[in-house]
Amino acid sequence: MKSIARVFALAIASLLAWPLQAQTPRYGGELVFPVPSEPPSYDGHREETFGLIHPIAPFYNTLLRVDPFDKGGTKPAPSLAESWTESKDGKTYTFKLHRGVKFHDGSEMTSKDVKASYDKIIFPPPGVGSTRKGQYVDVAAVEAPDPYTVVFRLKHPSGSFIASLLSPYNFIYKAEILAKDPHWYETHIMGTGPFIFVEHVKGSHVVGKKNPNYWDKGKPYLDGFRAVFMRDSAAQVAAVRGERAQIQFRGFTPAARDDLVKALGNKITVQESPWDCILLVAINHKKKPFDDPRVRRALTLALDRYEGSKALSRIAIVKEVAGVQVPGTPFATPPDELAKVAGYWHDAEKSRAEARRLLKEAGVPDGFSFTFMNRGIPMPYEPLGVWMIDQWRKVGLNVTQRVIEPAAYFGSLRKGEHEVAMDFQCGYIVEPDLDTYKFLSSSRNPANYGYYEDPVLDQLYDKQSQATNVEERKKLVREFEKRVLDEQAHYLMTLQWHRIIPHSSRMHGWTITPSHYLNNTLDTVWLSP
Amino acid sequence: MAASAQTLEELARHAEPRWPWLAAVANFARRRPLGAVGAGLVLLTAALAATAHLVAPYDPLANDYGAMLAAPSAAHWLGTDAFGRDVLSRIIYGSRTALTVGLGASFLGASLGSLIGVTSAYFRGRVDLLVQRVMDVFFAFPVIVLALAVVAILGTGAGNVILAIATPMVPRCARVVRASALAVREMPYVDAARASGFRHQRIILRHMLPNVMAPILIMATAFLGEAILLEASLSFLGLGVQEPTAAWGLMLRGAAVEFAESAPWMAIFPGLAISLAVFGFNLFGDSLRDALDPRLRTQ
Amino acid sequence: MGYYILKRLLAMIPTLLGVAVLIFLLLRVIPGDVVEARYLTQGSQFQSQDLMDQERQKLGLDKPLWKQFTAWMGGLAHLDFGLSMWTSAPITEEIKLRFALSLQLALMASTIATCLAIPLGILAAIKQDTWIDYAVRVFTIAGLATPSFWLGTLMILGMLIIFKWVPPMMFTPLWVNPWDNLALLIWPALAVGYRYCAVGTRMMRSTMLEVLREDYIRTARAKGLWLKLILTRHALKNAILPVLTVISMEFAFLLGGLVVTEQVFNLNGLGMLFVEAISHRDYTLTQALVMLVATFFLVINFAVDIAYAWLDPRIHYR
Repeated sequence: MKSIARVFALAIASLLAWPLQAQTPRYGGELVFPVPSEPPSYDGHREETFGLIHPIAPFYNTLLRVDPFDKGGTKPAPSLAESWTESKDGKTYTFKLHRGVKFHDGSEMTSKDVKASYDKIIFPPPGVGSTRKGQYVDVAAVEAPDPYTVVFRLKHPSGSFIASLLSPYNFIYKAEILAKDPHWYETHIMGTGPFIFVEHVKGSHVVGKKNPNYWDKGKPYLDGFRAVFMRDSAAQVAAVRGERAQIQFRGFTPAARDDLVKALGNKITVQESPWDCILLVAINHKKKPFDDPRVRRALTLALDRYEGSKALSRIAIVKEVAGVQVPGTPFATPPDELAKVAGYWHDAEKSRAEARRLLKEAGVPDGFSFTFMNRGIPMPYEPLGVWMIDQWRKVGLNVTQRVIEPAAYFGSLRKGEHEVAMDFQCGYIVEPDLDTYKFLSSSRNPANYGYYEDPVLDQLYDKQSQATNVEERKKLVREFEKRVLDEQAHYLMTLQWHRIIPHSSRMHGWTITPSHYLNNTLDTVWLSP
Repeated sequence: MAASAQTLEELARHAEPRWPWLAAVANFARRRPLGAVGAGLVLLTAALAATAHLVAPYDPLANDYGAMLAAPSAAHWLGTDAFGRDVLSRIIYGSRTALTVGLGASFLGASLGSLIGVTSAYFRGRVDLLVQRVMDVFFAFPVIVLALAVVAILGTGAGNVILAIATPMVPRCARVVRASALAVREMPYVDAARASGFRHQRIILRHMLPNVMAPILIMATAFLGEAILLEASLSFLGLGVQEPTAAWGLMLRGAAVEFAESAPWMAIFPGLAISLAVFGFNLFGDSLRDALDPRLRTQ
Repeated sequence: MGYYILKRLLAMIPTLLGVAVLIFLLLRVIPGDVVEARYLTQGSQFQSQDLMDQERQKLGLDKPLWKQFTAWMGGLAHLDFGLSMWTSAPITEEIKLRFALSLQLALMASTIATCLAIPLGILAAIKQDTWIDYAVRVFTIAGLATPSFWLGTLMILGMLIIFKWVPPMMFTPLWVNPWDNLALLIWPALAVGYRYCAVGTRMMRSTMLEVLREDYIRTARAKGLWLKLILTRHALKNAILPVLTVISMEFAFLLGGLVVTEQVFNLNGLGMLFVEAISHRDYTLTQALVMLVATFFLVINFAVDIAYAWLDPRIHYR
């Protein structure tokens, strides 16, 4: 009897232990994933495209990173820095680095490498490109008092400084190499990351293999990875469907997701999240009649965002109805309050009637025609364009679309000749400072394609940026939102993008975040057989 | 006497049909059935384009979010697309875009090309050599690159697409027409015209051009099919006509490819439309060439 | 004969020069340049004008046009294609793999086209104006009329749904892994080859019809010995020559012109490189590609002309 009970207990114990076993990462395997675009160079400080991050980020580490298991994509986590402190006055940040971190060439990474890398980002030497320089204007200096300590001195306190250090592009390079040739990293790869560079066949793929001396002991789990450049989205879906690739890190359309689920059943796992990307409509205040806020308000009132969300989320990578912050994040306006902002009313008929009334009042004739400039990228620019033109038609506006190819698009916007144009904003982290900078007056922000001056708005921005109390800051952000989207209707928000990542159920250890720039170091990813 | 008069009358009636052009058409149809099929398709496309506003059941631009991706049914014979727009109506209106662009590009390319070819053949010597070299340069350019470059410079949209498509066609037409024009140049009446002191333009336009109409016509019909295909390709690449205009190539990109499995009617019907139209033009052009080219006649 | 060859070779030079000038100017007329394409794609709010100016200087874009042109020409004279403006990598490296793929695809497609065109054309000519003739013509013109991207999409979808099979993601050269290589390229080769066989078939049919009209063939036909006669005399050889000419010309077009096919079949070839290079405003790369394709075209033209002159003594030199 006793032996039977023992066997029984053992059986139960092993059954209980089994789910735990399923969670234990296994070593081995090569992760294959398609990347829609190829990076022009390897220098993270210079490039802005995800086409760089997806294949190249695994070769490097950053000082800090976003917690790879945080679904909100905002929690800072240690990376090369194992801990950090902030001074009382908020102007000094001290970071303690891990010891024993080795570059792929065997040399040790110390604070001078961090300093050299950040000097390149914040104070680039002439001729060296740094796209994120403007994010660090508050930084006075970067110091390396001892080999394992880095100190950042700021000119004044900034609530978003830590967030700015979470940028996945801030690869830590080797100081000696930068000293000899600051352009070396544009055409070469040598970092501290979990994977070592094997090859890049132009136009084809990038291969990385496991770094056996990685400083984070026990990681990575994968033997290697292969990033294959595939431009065509149908081919990417086919690759995942044919189980040649396990995941595509940018995002698939709802149709692709449904096809994959139907074809692969539980061999495919779908992760979804709101995306920190949105298309906005820039209304050129320099062109009549768009200098009249009534006309601009009419444009936003004409859009039934709720119906659009329901319909377009079936065919495009958009979904949530959003204000100036990604819905569900700390500073986003709750839906019932958002419903009071113009263009977000639940009663579409009332909204359209108001739009028509405003147009009439502003003297815009029925059937008034204007050109909407759009960017030549199919998803989701095209469906949003079709949707908006149809909505504007319903209030008597006759809109033709003029599509400009991506390379020339922002050049055209900068000329300021457009009437109404599509603009876009993608971030790596949800932060009001980063997300609302766009709406500042043209004199402060040259990338404001509405070409307007609004000192009240600028003031609101500064106040919220310096606010230390979270509730106070929320209130200010909401005021800002009301002014920019409702009272003045400087810009219109369309719909928040929606990130859909169907991936092979064999792949574990990867959590979706609102940004397709995050979580690509691949050190936590593992494959089951 | 009366009997023979009657027979003569009967004979006369049979010899000269009432409607001579109808007899010619019937003859053509009987002798060249493929050409007749081609001509039929061409006429159908033209008819749809001309009467689109009367024939199409729905507004091709009207979004209907309640009927997105609907399968073919009594309400929508060919189904609806991702925005709930009726596919049949969009195909009918799409014939308008196809013909406008096709005819525009073909006409522009063929006329400019023939003018250059004939002029070059007429003047011969240095002028001919120079024009030939320039045409060679354009010839050596990949067709799609030329079209891409024109679109990059001028932008997208129907008018620019016509220019983009016509540009690679000019040197091809010039070369073919030049070959025929060289033969015409040797004709006695051209020499006579020159001797009479007629101006160059007059000789080119009045005497030479009409005599190379056969190859020009054949080229133009071939171009038309090619132009429709090229327009579809450019729209497919996103460089041609833009949304929300109804255009066959445009209907085949984006949602049509994505939903190809769950909603195949979006991809099948516009593709069929393009194929049938180009097929028709090619068949017709082929038979035209057979009819006009003496070497290929069976009789 | 040697004089003719030399004359034709020399004639290529002004054409190539013309092509060079045309592409050089054409690219600079297109609005935007590589610096804008790199830094302004994300609409970044943190962009500085002097950074962009510095980049322009580094790439030599601020120099006067004639200087840029002569610098490029000078490089070409040494067969130095320079560096890509977008990636700063040597252009030969950028082109290498894509060229191999496009060349192989063009060869495969032309072979398929020839294999279809010759028998079909002969068949159609022998059975002129019968339903076989019509069937052949319908078949080949259908190939011409079907948009290649539509055919390609249907093919891939068909294979996916029916056979649950997906082509390989990457291109492996033929000598590395022939199975993977062919598994990727056979489908576009079929689609493209089918399309182009129409041109060859038409030509084959018309030349064959001419052959059939020869008196000695007609008498032989009456006697029933014509087939053997055609195959043994020079008749067939002379009939095939124009067909091969036409297909060779098409081959030259295939090299850089399969943009849509490459997109649909997800091939990393010269066509897609063209589109990317233009959209990046990568002047050096686009120029190099155009010169490459144009040279290829002219060389093939030249080879065809020489072959004609050699095989047909009537056209010795013009």
